[in-house]
Amino acid sequence: MGNEISNLEALEAEAIHLIREVLTELERPALLFSGGKDSAVLLHLAMLAVKPKKLWIPIVHIDTGHNFEEVISYRDKIISQFDLNLIIGSVQDSIDRKTAVEEPGNLSRNKLQTVTLLETIEDYKFDALFGGARRDEEKARAKERFLSHRDAFGQWNPRGQKPEIWHLYNTKHHTDEHFRVFPLSNWTELDVWKYIKLRNIELPTIYYSHQREVVRRNSMLVAVTDLTPKLEDEESFVATVRYRTVGDKTCTAAVESLSSNVDEIIEETQTSRISERGATRVDDKFSEAAMEDRKKEGYF
Amino acid sequence: MELLRFATAGSVDDGKSTLIGRLLYDSKSIFEDQLQAVEKTSLDRGDEYVNLALLTDGLRAEREQGITIDVAYRYFSTPKRSFIIADTPGHIQHTRNMVTGASTADLVLVLVDARNGIIEQTRRHALIASILRIPHLVLCVNKMDLMDYSKDVFESIKEEFQEYATRLDIKDVTAIPVSALTGDNVVSRSLNMPWYDGYPLLRFLEEVYIGSDRNLVDLRFPVQMVIRPISDSHQRDFRGYGGQLASGILEKGTEVLALPSGFKSKIARIEGPDGEIEQAVPYQSVVVCLEDDIDISRGDMLCRPNNKPIIGQDITSMLCWMSDVPLDTRRKYLIKHTTKTLKAMVTKLHYRLNVNTSHRDLNVTSLELNEIGRADFRLSSPIFFDDYKKNKETGSFIVIDEATNATVAAGLISGEAFLDA
Repeated sequence: MGNEISNLEALEAEAIHLIREVLTELERPALLFSGGKDSAVLLHLAMLAVKPKKLWIPIVHIDTGHNFEEVISYRDKIISQFDLNLIIGSVQDSIDRKTAVEEPGNLSRNKLQTVTLLETIEDYKFDALFGGARRDEEKARAKERFLSHRDAFGQWNPRGQKPEIWHLYNTKHHTDEHFRVFPLSNWTELDVWKYIKLRNIELPTIYYSHQREVVRRNSMLVAVTDLTPKLEDEESFVATVRYRTVGDKTCTAAVESLSSNVDEIIEETQTSRISERGATRVDDKFSEAAMEDRKKEGYF
Repeated sequence: MELLRFATAGSVDDGKSTLIGRLLYDSKSIFEDQLQAVEKTSLDRGDEYVNLALLTDGLRAEREQGITIDVAYRYFSTPKRSFIIADTPGHIQHTRNMVTGASTADLVLVLVDARNGIIEQTRRHALIASILRIPHLVLCVNKMDLMDYSKDVFESIKEEFQEYATRLDIKDVTAIPVSALTGDNVVSRSLNMPWYDGYPLLRFLEEVYIGSDRNLVDLRFPVQMVIRPISDSHQRDFRGYGGQLASGILEKGTEVLALPSGFKSKIARIEGPDGEIEQAVPYQSVVVCLEDDIDISRGDMLCRPNNKPIIGQDITSMLCWMSDVPLDTRRKYLIKHTTKTLKAMVTKLHYRLNVNTSHRDLNVTSLELNEIGRADFRLSSPIFFDDYKKNKETGSFIVIDEATNATVAAGLISGEAFLDA
């Protein structure tokens, strides 16, 4: 005994190993950062992988323009605290250039992010993008590799994935192709929270319990904001809530919660009976294969 | 809390997805909304019961055809352990998928249908587990409910399998009678099989001892990354080597030898994720600083001066071919071994192993998809390796096709599937 490493340390070591492989074998890697908890953990791991050297790769934020203010101020604080190089890919710019078109009646810019993301990759010629996606989030993700290949159109081909054996990653690719790299593949939501506690990682305040004006819509709690105003037949009320994920304001719901610190959230997560996406994402429920379809097109 | 990684293997209709669904469901790792989605789909498809297999079948084609296409990963935990399941399909791309899913596993779970007993595929799964040197194998005899929970049926399947397994190199073989559909012996002890005195499956997975499966003796530290923060003035003299410890124990003050240069130095400092540490154990990702400034780069290796890996350009290996394009002995390939990638060519193909009969076919000129054989390689420069039997990390490699960039094979250095026959 004494020579064993814990579950969290094993996941951490596996993630750092992958990050180092990509940083040394690929030419233009970047890290996708949404300001959410998974990307906060991802950024922490990337900084650990090169410590004490400063993380030199660009941090890319695909900005829907539909952000919670707390998330943007958190992003800016982290970028300046660690002296990082931030690149913003703006969905609004894509809309203005008419490369992304908003569907009438659909406020969510979740799907449009794909366009902006692929444009940003093209502009900067990135050959690898670290992302904070986890396999436990969703059934299609459960089949995705750590190092996930994208063709010149940014598309994922689930049936043609390279086998990933031991921890020997094959980073070879043709020009114009790139990889999405998922160091948190094997983490669960609970692992992420336990790790945030273990390494004392700062998060946007909206993850913790606070008071907010909300309406109940399709059995979900939606914050009343400039983009999601109260509808005519709706009653708004002030609830004690927190967010389990942060995303486009128009399609991310809050959950009722009194958990105001990491310990309480770990406790809550351990006893929760609803999945993270089920509780908070308004857009995954449309079809059984919703995520698979979006991923094939180049989504995160 | 400890992590156990296991892979599952079985034939179509052995009930593998149902068993995993059952493990997740009975250990309360399924969320209500996920279960509701499955209930709804089961109803839409006209299934007579809630089809737990739908919890793991992720891609559209799989749900439509009721088969599992690719390796899928599942996660659950109990108060005792965290588990990662690599669920590998048994029918198509069988060897490729099982090798992929099982390569990082501590344990493999092989399912058989109690009505059919040991079939060709069962032997194939066990053989692959043996080639990959998975230390623990659990034979789950499923669908016991359809055989009246008969002790005789279970015992005869168990005996037949154990007889076969004695010829393999698997440390620990355990058989458990279960019914994934009814939940007997999956999470709770079965009341229908009072004659069975072993653990139910989940309890076994929680208790199986994996601590001794790692190699704590042979120090091997493949250097992944040289870390020199040149721009930062107060760190200007820092020179560290980032990597994941493959085996052995790395301690401050340890005398080490750098390969290939042959220079010796001592470990001055080890940086873990949470600051400086006195010692590192296998699979920790650390940064190592040496007392002397010697020339080391990615692809090099640190070991002890009196315990070196084999240094050489010629290797013999068991090769699992994973590509639609067969092995062409006239072509050059790339090999990735630890943190080194280099050119290689096949110098001799010895035999093809029939994974169903374990017969060695000596009349061989190529290997095709899902075939396993013994092949010798010559590499463009020396690598630092050990026999896969002693060291999985320094004894394994992948083969890459330079034209397509595909990963075409997995290789185990001088690995053999059988105990001396």
